[in-house]
Amino acid sequence: MIYLYFAAGIGLTVALQMVQAPRKRLAIGALLAAILLLGPLVNGNDATLNVLADAGIYIVLALGLNVVVGYAGLLDLGYAAFFAIGAYAYALLASPQLGIHLPFWAILFIAAALASLFGIVLGAPTLRLHGDYLAIVTLGFGEIVPQVFQNLTKLTGGPNGIAALDFPTFFGRSFGQGSMPYYYVSLGAIALTLLLVRNLRDSRLGRAWMAIREDELAAKHVGINTTAVKLAAFALGASFSGLGGVIFAAKLSLVSPDLFQFQLSVLIVSMLVLGGMGNIAGVVVGALVLTFVNGVLLPQANTMAAAVHLNVDFGQYHFLIYGAILVGIMLFRPGGLLPNRQRSEELTNPQAGTS
Amino acid sequence: MHQFLAQLVNGISLGGIYALIALGYTMVYGIVELINFAHGDVYTLGSFFALTILAALGVTGEVHGPMLVADIAIAALGAALLCGIVGLLIERLAYRRLRDAPRLAPLITAIGVSFILENVMQVWKGPSPVQFPSLIPNPTLSLGALDVNVKQLVIVGLAVATMFALQVFVARTRLGKAMRATAQDRDAAQLMGINVNATIALTFLIGGALAGIAGFVSGVYYQSTWFFNGFGAGLKAFTAAVMGGIGNLAGAMLGGFAIGIIESFSTWLIGGQWSNVVVFAILILVLVFRPSGLLGESRPTKV
Repeated sequence: MIYLYFAAGIGLTVALQMVQAPRKRLAIGALLAAILLLGPLVNGNDATLNVLADAGIYIVLALGLNVVVGYAGLLDLGYAAFFAIGAYAYALLASPQLGIHLPFWAILFIAAALASLFGIVLGAPTLRLHGDYLAIVTLGFGEIVPQVFQNLTKLTGGPNGIAALDFPTFFGRSFGQGSMPYYYVSLGAIALTLLLVRNLRDSRLGRAWMAIREDELAAKHVGINTTAVKLAAFALGASFSGLGGVIFAAKLSLVSPDLFQFQLSVLIVSMLVLGGMGNIAGVVVGALVLTFVNGVLLPQANTMAAAVHLNVDFGQYHFLIYGAILVGIMLFRPGGLLPNRQRSEELTNPQAGTS
Repeated sequence: MHQFLAQLVNGISLGGIYALIALGYTMVYGIVELINFAHGDVYTLGSFFALTILAALGVTGEVHGPMLVADIAIAALGAALLCGIVGLLIERLAYRRLRDAPRLAPLITAIGVSFILENVMQVWKGPSPVQFPSLIPNPTLSLGALDVNVKQLVIVGLAVATMFALQVFVARTRLGKAMRATAQDRDAAQLMGINVNATIALTFLIGGALAGIAGFVSGVYYQSTWFFNGFGAGLKAFTAAVMGGIGNLAGAMLGGFAIGIIESFSTWLIGGQWSNVVVFAILILVLVFRPSGLLGESRPTKV
């Protein structure tokens, strides 16, 4: 069953990328929406929905990071920090930890705002740095944030984190233990994110991002306030990560600092690189493929290996997979599986861009 | 006062290891403007290679007499050689094709290489820290209020000697001149008949070898190693290289000592769990306020 969902998600997203005719696109989109909305009602296996809800959160994260990396061309290696900020915001504002019990829906917005605020705090002094120095600064930030959460033991429970977070409620009804409500929340978050990033991409701001990505100096000279525009990319990108963090924390009912390490930031970057930086359909496919590999394929491989008494733990090969994707794609298909034509041109032909 | 001196000695020894790693970082960045993210993992690989060599030699604890010299030489040179080859291979297989690509492409590739190396090491020696033989007898020498042990002296001596040797190599030899020329302008260097590919490969070989020696030394010093050590150590060594002015060998060494001292003092004064926060905050502050480093000259941005 889970294979069907991933096959439909990946296949139909690729189809949306390939097909140009508006009518056909509408039909494909409607089919995809119908499968995603109605599927669980027909066959709602909890484990399946759990993986799919995770996939949904990853799609939101990947689309958000795509604003920063894909559109504005700024490599952010500390994206997990904003995710941690969102998750901890939920953990502190909806748990017995501080005795505060704000509603889930309010915290979604609070966390998004908080994450973008931190995006501005980090970005304002650092965005004048170029390329790889900026990447290292974001990496440093990404290391500091979970460490600070770990060290503020009284507030955050230290390395153990905070458990027993409130279940969200929807018109007075608790979400409870099952994965189904989180699945639908993540669908809603994807829809909202898609709407926002599409509109952003086609807005004046979006064109300014791409101008900066292609040639910052030229962009500056046609009158773009590059600092403000880059800061906007950072803040908006971070807000999606904060939003995703709230859903993630509520679904797990637990936060702890080790959930937000560098590996998570690199996982999201790998999704972008695999699918195609700067291309919405590509990013969605990248997120789906990697969630499928991590959440379905590797556990399956383990089960199969155990069945034939083969003593291999495929779970320990996550790093190798991300690493191989990053190296392989950059060397052989820099635009990703579903390239954004403009962006892949820049990555293969250095004359076309200087990012 | 006694505690102060003890922490200072601690920090300087720690810094010696960072300095050895930072030298490789700064050389590679100086010549190809690439943050060789995998460099920290080559360092860990060095400790793993040394461990394997020592195990093959049957060394499990301290060694005395002439065998000590032989064992050290074989393990250190073996680790250096193997890590140099790894550095060379990484450049050849992953970075060379991307030399003219936009700068984010090789950086992303470098992160990928780092992850691959970490995973290989995790599968090789397991996910937990591994014991490393003590190897060198380690008596403590008391100089008044100052207590220094032999291993600490070795580390600092090695870092300083390596830096001077490299300095001389880069400043005085033909190959060093080729490296400086390649760093300055690759195309012009090529037109002058310099084999640019070989020169860059040599840089990676030397950088890898230094990381290998640093890995061996850190294994002997801490008597333990771990597949994920290189991530943190690499990042701190990179901070050191930036602090000293990237491309500047003496700067990298001083930066290494500075980061080591800062780390040891922050551990002492505000607690070990904050030392990484302090070091990474310094990384950010240096990059923001003095990206050319404390010793570096500010270079105009290439357009």
